[in-house]
Amino acid sequence: MIIEAQGLTKTYQSKSGPVHALAGLDLSVPRGTVKALLGPNGAGKTTVVKMLTTLIRPDAGTAVIDGIDVIRHPKSVRRIIGVSGQYAAVDENLTGFENLEMVGRLYHLGGPAARKRAQELIDLFELTAAGNRPVKGFSGGMRRRIDLAGALVINPKVLFLDEPTTGLDPRSRIALWDVIKRLVADGTTVLLTTQYLEEADQLADDIVVIDDGRVIAEGTSDQLKAQIGGHRVVVALVDAADGAVARDVLARHGSGIPTISTDGRGVEVAVTDGPNALQNMLADLRAAEVSLHDAGMRRPTLDDVFLKLTGHKADLSAADDDDSSGPKLSKRAQAKRDKARAAKAAAADLESVK
Amino acid sequence: MNARHADIPAQPTPSASDATPTAFAMADSATTKAASAVAVANAVRAGARAAALPPLPTWNPFSLWYSDGWTVTKRNLIKIKRSPDMLVFAVIQPIMFVLLFSQVYGGAIAVEGSDYTQFLMAGIFAQTVVFGATFSGAAMALDLKEGIIDRFRSLPMNASAVLIGRTNGDLMLNTISMVIMMATGLAVGWRVTTSPPEFLAGAGLLLLFGYAFSWVMALLGMSVKSPEVINNASFLILFPLTFVSNAFVPSETLPTALRVFAEWNPVSSLVQAVRQLFGNLGTAPVPDIWTMQNPVLTVLIGITVMLLVFVPLCIRKFASISSR
Repeated sequence: MIIEAQGLTKTYQSKSGPVHALAGLDLSVPRGTVKALLGPNGAGKTTVVKMLTTLIRPDAGTAVIDGIDVIRHPKSVRRIIGVSGQYAAVDENLTGFENLEMVGRLYHLGGPAARKRAQELIDLFELTAAGNRPVKGFSGGMRRRIDLAGALVINPKVLFLDEPTTGLDPRSRIALWDVIKRLVADGTTVLLTTQYLEEADQLADDIVVIDDGRVIAEGTSDQLKAQIGGHRVVVALVDAADGAVARDVLARHGSGIPTISTDGRGVEVAVTDGPNALQNMLADLRAAEVSLHDAGMRRPTLDDVFLKLTGHKADLSAADDDDSSGPKLSKRAQAKRDKARAAKAAAADLESVK
Repeated sequence: MNARHADIPAQPTPSASDATPTAFAMADSATTKAASAVAVANAVRAGARAAALPPLPTWNPFSLWYSDGWTVTKRNLIKIKRSPDMLVFAVIQPIMFVLLFSQVYGGAIAVEGSDYTQFLMAGIFAQTVVFGATFSGAAMALDLKEGIIDRFRSLPMNASAVLIGRTNGDLMLNTISMVIMMATGLAVGWRVTTSPPEFLAGAGLLLLFGYAFSWVMALLGMSVKSPEVINNASFLILFPLTFVSNAFVPSETLPTALRVFAEWNPVSSLVQAVRQLFGNLGTAPVPDIWTMQNPVLTVLIGITVMLLVFVPLCIRKFASISSR
């Protein structure tokens, strides 16, 4: 195990009382593997990463990375880790090259080696054309790539990726996944946090699902999916009056109890053998003369995982905000967003206190 | 543990040839085009290259401190060069203040034993270096919000380097402002009547005071929740500090409570010391208060106290801050 953490605890004081960001979280990551921490906003993912990367101290618990105690020897830990966070921590006024050179110097590579490494990374991340322009003019995806490159200036023993693709458009997301896949192909140990089940599925060997600062499930992607059921079949009815008939049909071919949306026109059920079940359902629905607006399969989402594991939905509302937070937001819009976030955090605080 | 890399032995340092098949297989399954194959080859080479990085040079603690501080200072100097708004603020504002005060109030405010322009300049110098320190506060708050502080804190760098780089950046900006203000002052009739060493001592005292005050504002910048707050907070501190002083009017003209505040205000001592060193005191009597009678000493004590208190506080604070 290259990362070994036990009983990590962190409590913040808020107006509505103490908030347990982490409530005794255990985590171990074998060398050379990719582990994903999956959870909604406020689950404690970032807190775990911040503790392991020496940014915050746990109230209780221990953490060891490659045999080094994170709490007692933070500086030694910093020499062997690379961190890339969700806010693309790069200096807007510096060029991509200057950002990477600065990081190299601060890792104490010395000037020539820092410059050499910066150029290698610029080439590697295909930023050659943009490397000598200030980051200010970069797209969100390019900023993330520079930030990720910053985490790789040394060849880190452990790479921490805190929501590496949150806020990116789907194309940039896939491009970044590609970069990460290449990295893990040569054996770097990665601890990654994400709100997207698909991302964890794509990148990680093992997934740890956390909620309210606790591990609520752990296993490979396949094991988790087996636990929550595979695909979902969703049908949209033309007439809500067909709801009962449709539910019976879906129940017959599905692997659970179908749910009906509040307007009575959406019916959904988990299925084991997706395509077959869908075909059978459609045939039966046609036989029952139920007309449909839409029908299809979808992959389980974090919400499905949470509904199954905790009985409550993941609070992804704040995450939606993140998605809209491109770097181009005006100051005012940012202030507004921050306010909204604070309000949501307060609401979440209330939830967790309950 | 059904891990993809479970078969890789502990401490993997894969050679390029080991990694290639895995990497290509992965690229095939990825949704990208032929370009990714080239990129993958790049990545594999980079993995090998990174492994071949020279061992870290050994540094003694002092050269580490010095080199980290300089690395971050350089970052802030580039920032000054590339953000026109900051330079404009640093250049235009002092010109504006000199012209506004000397031309608008100059006729209305009569100062005993001196003309207003001579009296005013030291006050404007002091105000500018104190205002200049707010950059440190705002910049720390912004770096914190944008996560750059997190990046720095995850690096094995010296803990004080970010703050040293920050305050050095302010020092540079203040120096630029100072030169421009002096030129403007000379243009509207201000004159230094003392020897070059005294002049340099005065300029040095101003910059040193500004530098020390940068640390105060940096602590404030690290303590507020958002960069917006810091601007409002700094004005609450800066306006009383610079206006309830002898910077723009002689402190004797103030009501008793304000006069006492003004006489003990470190900014007043700074202004008084600079007037003395630049030969701008005129024939006005100096208030019979120790701080006003010994302004240079008072300012030096003030600078020392500020640095002794706020440098350790800042470094301690820095070691525990993180975004959000």
